[in-house]
Amino acid sequence: MEIFLQQLVNGLVVGSVYALVALGYTMVYGILGLINFAHGDLVMVGAMVALQTMLFLMGAAPGMSPLTMLTLSLAVAIPVCMMLGYTMERLAYRRLRNAPRLAPLITAIGMSFLLQTIAMILWGRNYHTFPQLVSTAPLQPVAGVFVTPIQVTIVVGSALIMAALIVLVTKTRLGRAMRATAENHRVAALMGVDTNLIIALTFVIGAALAAVAGVMYASNYGIAHYGMGFMPGLKAFTAAVLGGIGNLGGAMLGGIVLGLVESFGAGYIEHMTFGLLNSSYQDIFAFIILGLVLIFRPTGLLGERVSDRA
Amino acid sequence: MNELASAVPWLGRRNPQAARWLIVIVAIAAPLVAVLFGRTWVRVLDFALLYVMLALGLNLVVGFAGLLDLGYIAFYAVGAYTAAFLASPHFGVHLPFWIVLPVAAGCAALAGIMLGFPVLRLRGDYLAIVTLGFGEIVRIFLNNLNYPVNITNGPQGINTLDPLVLFGWDLSRNLEITENLSINSLFLYYYFFLACVAGSIVFIQRLQVSRVGRAWAAMRDDELAAKAIGINTRNLKLLAFSLGATFGGVAGGLFGAFQGFVSPESFSLMESIAVLTMVVFGGMGNVAGAIVGALILSALPEILRHLAVPLQQTLFGTVLLDPEVLRMLLLSLAMILMMLLKPAGLIPAHARYSHVEHLKRHGVSR
Amino acid sequence: MKRSVVAVAVLGLGLSLAHAQETVVRLGSVAPLTGTISHLGKDNENGARLAIEDANAKGVTIDGKKVRFELLGEDDQADPRTGTTVAQRLVDADVKGVVGHLNSGTTIPASRIYNQAGVPMVSPSATNPTLTRQGYPGVFRTIANDVQQGGMLGKFIVGSLGAKTVAIIDDRTAYGQGLADETEKAVKAAGGKVVAREFTTDKATDFNAILTKIRGVKPDAIFFGGMDAQAGPMLRQLKQLGIEAKFVTGDGGCSPEMIKLAGDAINASAYCSMPGLAIDKMPGGPEFRNRYKARFNTDVQIYSPYAYDAATAIIRAMQAADSAEPSKYLPALKKSNFQGVIGTVAFDDKGDIKEGAVTMYQYKNGAWSPM
Repeated sequence: MEIFLQQLVNGLVVGSVYALVALGYTMVYGILGLINFAHGDLVMVGAMVALQTMLFLMGAAPGMSPLTMLTLSLAVAIPVCMMLGYTMERLAYRRLRNAPRLAPLITAIGMSFLLQTIAMILWGRNYHTFPQLVSTAPLQPVAGVFVTPIQVTIVVGSALIMAALIVLVTKTRLGRAMRATAENHRVAALMGVDTNLIIALTFVIGAALAAVAGVMYASNYGIAHYGMGFMPGLKAFTAAVLGGIGNLGGAMLGGIVLGLVESFGAGYIEHMTFGLLNSSYQDIFAFIILGLVLIFRPTGLLGERVSDRA
Repeated sequence: MNELASAVPWLGRRNPQAARWLIVIVAIAAPLVAVLFGRTWVRVLDFALLYVMLALGLNLVVGFAGLLDLGYIAFYAVGAYTAAFLASPHFGVHLPFWIVLPVAAGCAALAGIMLGFPVLRLRGDYLAIVTLGFGEIVRIFLNNLNYPVNITNGPQGINTLDPLVLFGWDLSRNLEITENLSINSLFLYYYFFLACVAGSIVFIQRLQVSRVGRAWAAMRDDELAAKAIGINTRNLKLLAFSLGATFGGVAGGLFGAFQGFVSPESFSLMESIAVLTMVVFGGMGNVAGAIVGALILSALPEILRHLAVPLQQTLFGTVLLDPEVLRMLLLSLAMILMMLLKPAGLIPAHARYSHVEHLKRHGVSR
Repeated sequence: MKRSVVAVAVLGLGLSLAHAQETVVRLGSVAPLTGTISHLGKDNENGARLAIEDANAKGVTIDGKKVRFELLGEDDQADPRTGTTVAQRLVDADVKGVVGHLNSGTTIPASRIYNQAGVPMVSPSATNPTLTRQGYPGVFRTIANDVQQGGMLGKFIVGSLGAKTVAIIDDRTAYGQGLADETEKAVKAAGGKVVAREFTTDKATDFNAILTKIRGVKPDAIFFGGMDAQAGPMLRQLKQLGIEAKFVTGDGGCSPEMIKLAGDAINASAYCSMPGLAIDKMPGGPEFRNRYKARFNTDVQIYSPYAYDAATAIIRAMQAADSAEPSKYLPALKKSNFQGVIGTVAFDDKGDIKEGAVTMYQYKNGAWSPM
């Protein structure tokens, strides 16, 4: 039981990060029908830029309190990612909006690898130690379950951000414009919505979420690396599809479910398959779920859109 | 061949006949020229031909049928591992290559159908991401199937695969003609691979203008319309997957025998992306494009490796961008810039069968 | 020594004219000179270079002619396919022997090419047992292999640490899995019990799920076969999950990098192993370190003493056979027996070094200290 609860916590923490990243995928997909492959790498850029800022601050103002430092590094990382998101949309994806189907996807893959390569040039191939400004020392265990303050921060933080995003999309003028654009670009434009602006904003908001997710992820594990965004990115995409792509609540649900599946999967697969499979198959759960959902229930758990739309 | 010939700059249009001969001569003479710079370059050419085969196969799926496959390298892996199972000390089986190669092709085709069936309903981006997952799943299984029963030997890979033996003639040994004259094994492999590539080209070009090829083009450009005129899109998709996979399987079998060592790390996602870039760079849906794209993008990183490192050392005194970074930079930029500036690729496909041309004329948007 | 092929060809021509009176014998050195472990690669090359310069300074005469040795350094990027390409390049350049490669993953496919060409190779750092079990006569190494290292680890965990139950994790790479399997065998042989066998990848950062599972079986010690980039975060997560087992890892985690990445989670219950002796314990170690520093103005990383002895073994064999032809000096290389920097250099019938030493290290005051 103790182990079960601990795996539950592990899954929730990983799942929250997936959910946050999944929101970026789902918003862009909802509005453009584009899998922005490079979204996962924005997570990495966010973490790397924050790391650079922290290292600078540690040198420039050694006595700074961790909270101030964290806030300042986020204040640098978020705008940088937003700018990057905007640049990608403006320079590449916008021109391809009416191109044949495969073109934007291939560009997005290229973009992902380009970001990784540039990060590799700037920061090298080594893993970097990421300062853990929120404590990672476990709190007093409850029923044998160890939880650390950073884990609590991640789960609560992402829940708050997601709630704010849902309010933004459902209650504000901007949100209405986004929904209209997602429904139909041309009609939205006829209604007086500046669709170019809305699409750009969608990218920018997604990028900001990615930056936050990057800092959370890196703080939790204490490391940062040029390739750290790719796998979580893919899994977050899986989460978005699982929840029903284009649906914000679905992305969150999908993220949490995927996190739990991975955690319990790795923990119990050996028992369930009588020793035939083991934790070396941890990474295939996401792909198998993705395949199954797309084949048998393309609308995902909460989805409304059909996969054919792409 | 016609398509290939017309791709030759200048000469191609004026005198296709001469262009055709030129290509044949260049293909035969290439290793003889390359060897002047060292046998390494013959080896580079050998690998380039394997990439040509892969690009041809992937082009079938992506370019002809319009199905974006991001896990194509899985079929290469299936071919290579089949060769490893059937012709190495791993299971102690040593079948001759003329059994191994067809079996490798068959297994890959089967894997193609296995992938094709469930993803029939998916299109576009979703298809891409599921195939990506398929590629990773295959790699993960190859990496882990050494337990509980040792099938693939896990991450250690399988070693000392049998070399290709043609009518009792071992391609991995130098062919001694006289005391002083011998033909190096790398040349033997080159010409054998060249023959395989030539065969593939003939087959694919026939296929392209056949009923099947035309039906693929119709399906790619408008699936609904294709269905409406009575095209069986399900069978066509499966055929595309399995035929594309067959080429991957053959290339994999050749790779295994040539390199003599297969391990899961040779079949990473990056390799799938590299092959896709070759197809995109050369021109989707175009045999000549796939060939040129594969040749350029497999040889260029090698050339860069030999030029860029010494150049940087003389200029800056240190290596700022190492060759692997340059390769990644080259591939990613090739993908982005090609899509933005020249979406039809280096050698645009023949207008009649081209997706891009079709869209240009009709201005179809999503 | 990295020029374009054209330059090598032209230069080779020039050299053969310029030094018509003395014979030039070329040796190759291959290691990743670019990429994540380029510092280790350069270290290997430097080791071989120092050996060759020493031989040239002393003056070697083979078959009545004065011989000058030349080193061709190549970069294999730690990539198997590139490894075979540069191996081919060395064979083209008519090298008489090769010191390399660094990684097992590149050394094994490359050994096939050297074997075809009849060029002997001595690896200073490839530890995978398969390398010397392919039946190639010209393959040697100066470092202890993973069977030897795993054997030592197993004895250490059960014997010295007194662990009765052990959990073993590997990263599903050729290196990590190979070492973990050998360690598992040795743990069992020493009477220990393997209570969990878990897996991760060389790109993973989250180990909570498998560590939680391990916590359920309460092992005395945890062994991880993999690299520092995973071992560091793994230690942190062990601490976060409140697991207090001893943590042991192989040479992949035996680096200063590992200590950095583990942050404040590392303490005296972290151990690691390294094939070979600590440089201070090598018979010729301190002297080698000083000479190396004076020549290259940088510190010895890990394997350069092994590369030095590998090159020396080839040169001595050529002298003993009085020929630089591989087929002639190979028997002498097999019979090598001399005092090198690392101790006695002698090979068993497979080509592995006899008496391959393995040293255990413990974390102490911010560094790994030999036990």
